[in-house]
Amino acid sequence: MKAILDDMPVRGRILAAIVLLALAAAPFVANRYLLSVLTLILYLAYVGQAWNLVMGFCGQLSLGHALYIGLGGYVAALFWLEFGVGPWIGVFAAMAVAMAFGAVIAWLGFRFGIEGVYFSLLTIAFAEFTRIGFDNMAFTGGAGGLFIPYEEKRLGEWWNLRGGQWMYYYIALLLAAGAVTLTAWLARSRLGYQWVAIREDETAARALGIDAFAVKMKAMLISSAMTAVGGVFYAFYYNTLFPSQMFDMGRSIEIIMAPIVGGLGTVFGPVVGAFVLTPMGELLIAATERLGFNAPGTKAVFYGAMLIVIIMLRPAGLWPWLARMLGVWERKP
Amino acid sequence: MSTLLTVAGVSKRFRGLLAVDRVSFEIESGEIFAVIGPNGAGKTTLFNIIAGVFAGDEGAITFDGERIEGLSSDAVCRRGIGRTFQLVRPFPALTVEDNVVIGALLHRSDVAAARRHARDVLARLDLFDKRGLTASALTLPDRKRLEVARALATEPKLLLLDEVMAGLRPTETDRMVAILADINRERGVAILLIEHVMRAVMALATRVLVLHHGAQIALGTPDAVVRDPAVVESYLGAEAVG
Ligand SMILES: Nc1ncnc2c1ncn2[C@@H]1O[C@H](COP(=O)(O)OP(=O)(O)O)[C@@H](O)[C@H]1O
Ligand SMILES: [Mg+2]
Repeated sequence: MKAILDDMPVRGRILAAIVLLALAAAPFVANRYLLSVLTLILYLAYVGQAWNLVMGFCGQLSLGHALYIGLGGYVAALFWLEFGVGPWIGVFAAMAVAMAFGAVIAWLGFRFGIEGVYFSLLTIAFAEFTRIGFDNMAFTGGAGGLFIPYEEKRLGEWWNLRGGQWMYYYIALLLAAGAVTLTAWLARSRLGYQWVAIREDETAARALGIDAFAVKMKAMLISSAMTAVGGVFYAFYYNTLFPSQMFDMGRSIEIIMAPIVGGLGTVFGPVVGAFVLTPMGELLIAATERLGFNAPGTKAVFYGAMLIVIIMLRPAGLWPWLARMLGVWERKP
Repeated sequence: MSTLLTVAGVSKRFRGLLAVDRVSFEIESGEIFAVIGPNGAGKTTLFNIIAGVFAGDEGAITFDGERIEGLSSDAVCRRGIGRTFQLVRPFPALTVEDNVVIGALLHRSDVAAARRHARDVLARLDLFDKRGLTASALTLPDRKRLEVARALATEPKLLLLDEVMAGLRPTETDRMVAILADINRERGVAILLIEHVMRAVMALATRVLVLHHGAQIALGTPDAVVRDPAVVESYLGAEAVG
């Protein structure tokens, strides 16, 4: 923690404190709709950060991170619905299951040299197969979905993730802030340097004694566990789980947008990306609905357009550029 | 002196081409040993086999009393062999210092300690003032130095250097020769050197192996090797001697 602060110039610390305070105070001024958008932003910043560890730092393009959202959400929901075990415990089971899947994908990919595009295809395939599996499994509700009932009497049970908008907002804030802190710490750790070395040049990294398999495996394990926590949050926030939504390719794309737009392999990029993208996406959807043409592909087209703009104008993402403009982040040489 | 590296009957075939043909030699600990030969002679391939990039088709390699042929490149490095790449491979987006920090992290888990060690190594390689630059911004001679710095930061017992003098001006070559001689003397690091710059080979090497079409055509002291008629004919040419 101290090392992270040491790396930040004073202006950066002030800005971080202001943003954090503003976010902590937001529920007192924001209306319900605004708070729900902020919650979504923080959730996307969180899962974006989880994905950023694998892709942004370790350079392995997973296009199937919806898998861990889905597994996390379903496992915790089933623990709650079937055994009455609350999500604060269920989350550990969720992480364990997601990590097991992540480990199998990593093992197949990294042990057998399934690299680059083929690794990405492998991650998509796993998410899709799992979706089909859940579609056809009776005890998870199949394609008909799984529903966490809304119970008036449980509304204050924050320890069971039952509560109102405020509670979900603050949990999302905690998750996002925690993910940023964890990422900042990892980025300055030996493991973080090893990840970046692999990303930059795996052959050279191995010539410096880095066990590429172990290092990439760690990235997948940490990321899948973190993403599963996001899935638990998602399940108890929205209360409905459909395989076609939880494991969907579109969800995997949604996860990766914020870090790409904000800046891959940066600590604050996913947060900045989520704050830029999500409101624009929400506005766009509101506008098209208002105008009456309710086209289902609107969001996908919007993401596509944003990608093109960002890659053309700021290929390293918004945050590195923004940080330079504001003079708030510099890494000591 | 004890034997550090033994290469015994190592061969490598690329489809039809016999790139390395039953090469055998030994390196004593603390020795500077050079491999020379024309382009395409198989020098880099020999390095890659020792460093574990790929396995040879036959032969045995013993390092520090342990058989290492067939080990992966990271496992070879962890046993104490550092290498540079003839076609340099810096981590392009990282600073010069962070490139070397990654090497230094091999035997240190604390990043601050690795950074201190990296700075020492950078100072030795005359790269200290450029430590804040992005590696992709370096000139080729500096990238070659960075290759050496990064490999040296892993604190190897044996350093494999693949044409690190290529493209250097004569004064830069002399400087590099002095740096390598210092490293060798002070830390007892053995060096296996692939080099075309004969002036560097003559100044540094205790023994020289000459490869030609994959096969070794001479092995001996620098003075003996440059007078060997087979070497003069196949590689050096009359004017290169002396
Ligand atoms: N990976 C490879 N695949 C096929 N042929 C190779 C490969 N690496 C080297 N060669 C061939 O092996 C021969 C020896 O190459 P190399 O070891 O690079 O020579 P040197 O380093 O002595 O110039 C050359 O003919 C080269 O074309
Ligand atoms: Mg070569």
